[in-house]
Amino acid sequence: MEIDPFIFRLSIFILSIFIGYYVVWSVTPSLHTPLMSVTNAISSVIIVGAIIAGLAGKSDSIFNTSSIFGFLAISLAAINIFGGFLVTQRMLAMYKKKKKDK
Amino acid sequence: MISPNLSAIFYLISGVLFILALRGLSSPETSRQGNLFGILGMIIAVTVTFLSIGNFSAGFIVVLIFLLIGGLIGAFIAYKIPMTAMPELVAGFHSLVGLAAVFVAIAAFLNPEAFNLGSPGNIKLGSLIEMSIGAAVGAITFSGSIIAFLKLQGIMSGSPITFKGQHPLNALILISIIILTYLLCSTQSSNLFWILLAVSFLIGFLLIIPIGGADMPVVISMLNSYSGWAAAGIGFTLENTALIITGALVGSSGAILSYIMCKGMNRSFFNVILGGFGATEQSGSSQNNKEQRPVKSGNADDAAFLMKNASSVIIVPGYGMAVAQAQHALREMVDTLKKNDIKVSYAIHPVAGRMPGHMNVLLAEANVPYDEVFELEEINNDFANADVAFVIGANDVTNPVAKTDPQSPIFGMPVLDVEKCKSVLFVKRSLSPGYAGIDNDLFYKENTLMLFADAKKMTEDITKNL
Repeated sequence: MEIDPFIFRLSIFILSIFIGYYVVWSVTPSLHTPLMSVTNAISSVIIVGAIIAGLAGKSDSIFNTSSIFGFLAISLAAINIFGGFLVTQRMLAMYKKKKKDK
Repeated sequence: MISPNLSAIFYLISGVLFILALRGLSSPETSRQGNLFGILGMIIAVTVTFLSIGNFSAGFIVVLIFLLIGGLIGAFIAYKIPMTAMPELVAGFHSLVGLAAVFVAIAAFLNPEAFNLGSPGNIKLGSLIEMSIGAAVGAITFSGSIIAFLKLQGIMSGSPITFKGQHPLNALILISIIILTYLLCSTQSSNLFWILLAVSFLIGFLLIIPIGGADMPVVISMLNSYSGWAAAGIGFTLENTALIITGALVGSSGAILSYIMCKGMNRSFFNVILGGFGATEQSGSSQNNKEQRPVKSGNADDAAFLMKNASSVIIVPGYGMAVAQAQHALREMVDTLKKNDIKVSYAIHPVAGRMPGHMNVLLAEANVPYDEVFELEEINNDFANADVAFVIGANDVTNPVAKTDPQSPIFGMPVLDVEKCKSVLFVKRSLSPGYAGIDNDLFYKENTLMLFADAKKMTEDITKNL
């Protein structure tokens, strides 16, 4: 009997939780705010689903209820992606070391 | 058009890049590179999605337009937002992830063919379960984050909102969500899907209203975690590796942050989530007697005198510093101190501020080098050897009662040993108790000098007098 592909996805999921556990414990506490903003940005990879939904309409009627929800989700996720990565970049640029020559 | 196998490999690559993005945050030097990995991962995921659909017709343009609108709004917010508003921003972003998850679930429910999940009314059982979980968790994330946002913005009162029968009601709603999911899966009725969404929105709202303002670090971390689980749920529905990996990463990240924040307050996760902490019940009769105890208060001149004669100063910032936007003034004061060869370091309590790492970001914004900023465990022993502790906007996290009075609601919470310093300067607007609703014993210590003023103004005045 073949293994259900769901089991493989579940394996990826469980292993990723463990990776997340160890990776996040190694994040320095002073960077916890950027951690939150960058996790925000990457969880917006959900835009992938939104794009599929948005492009699912037929060429004669690109606006059906499903694709409209897709379009809206694209905008929401895009706010997060751009906002999340850029604000993280802005924060990280501020973390500086003491200048040695001082 | 690229094959499903090839696109799955690209999704895996973008998942790995997201892991590296988080890994980079282990130190400030590698963090900027990590962020670039994250951006690269996102670009790969989006590009591959377009290529795998391969439909560059009229719909493609519309998608690009919506993408651009969102992107412009996001970029605009990212550049305009002041660093003090970071907790609100993160809460707002969480709500968007939640809503996006809900919308994708709705789109998949209405048009399952587009996602190869079956046909309307006959969606594959597994997909329907995953979809319901993603949609419900997404809805909870959305409404919960909206409440957190309103509380942080001050539009809604930060004090806990409690009413009779709150917990039984919440429990009832949570059970009904499970029953609704079960019924939805057995009947495929779209009405049940909408009811499930409505009930999930409601419970998100009800879960967060009883939680007070200073517990927001836990709430934000928790919602961060939820947004991850919602994304993972949708990832299972879409059979998308990048989304599953990311959801798991974000979910566990938020859970760990919640744990760290709870530990910083010595409270259990459930104690925080059930809410109501710091409500009126704490202010018992014992406090009224204490109100009369004498305090020493001083002015900027006295404070400057004490600091000038010190050889080492430890600064303890808290939420009040963020409210008063005093971080730049503080940094100027420290510069002056350093010119006089006074050693200065900063002590950060894990729950200082309204989100994890809040104080660190504000100090970084004011150009404070991160190697002068220390966590509680790193610096707590140094207070005994320091001459002056400068407490600016912090309160409960310095309260010695947490170590001495087993009756106190904050007993057992790790606190900064500020009272061990030779002298303590405490900037505060009044003697009012902090969030926990209890009096701070530190105010009445022999070696404490209270500076009653706005944090920013006081700091500026001290600098002038140095």
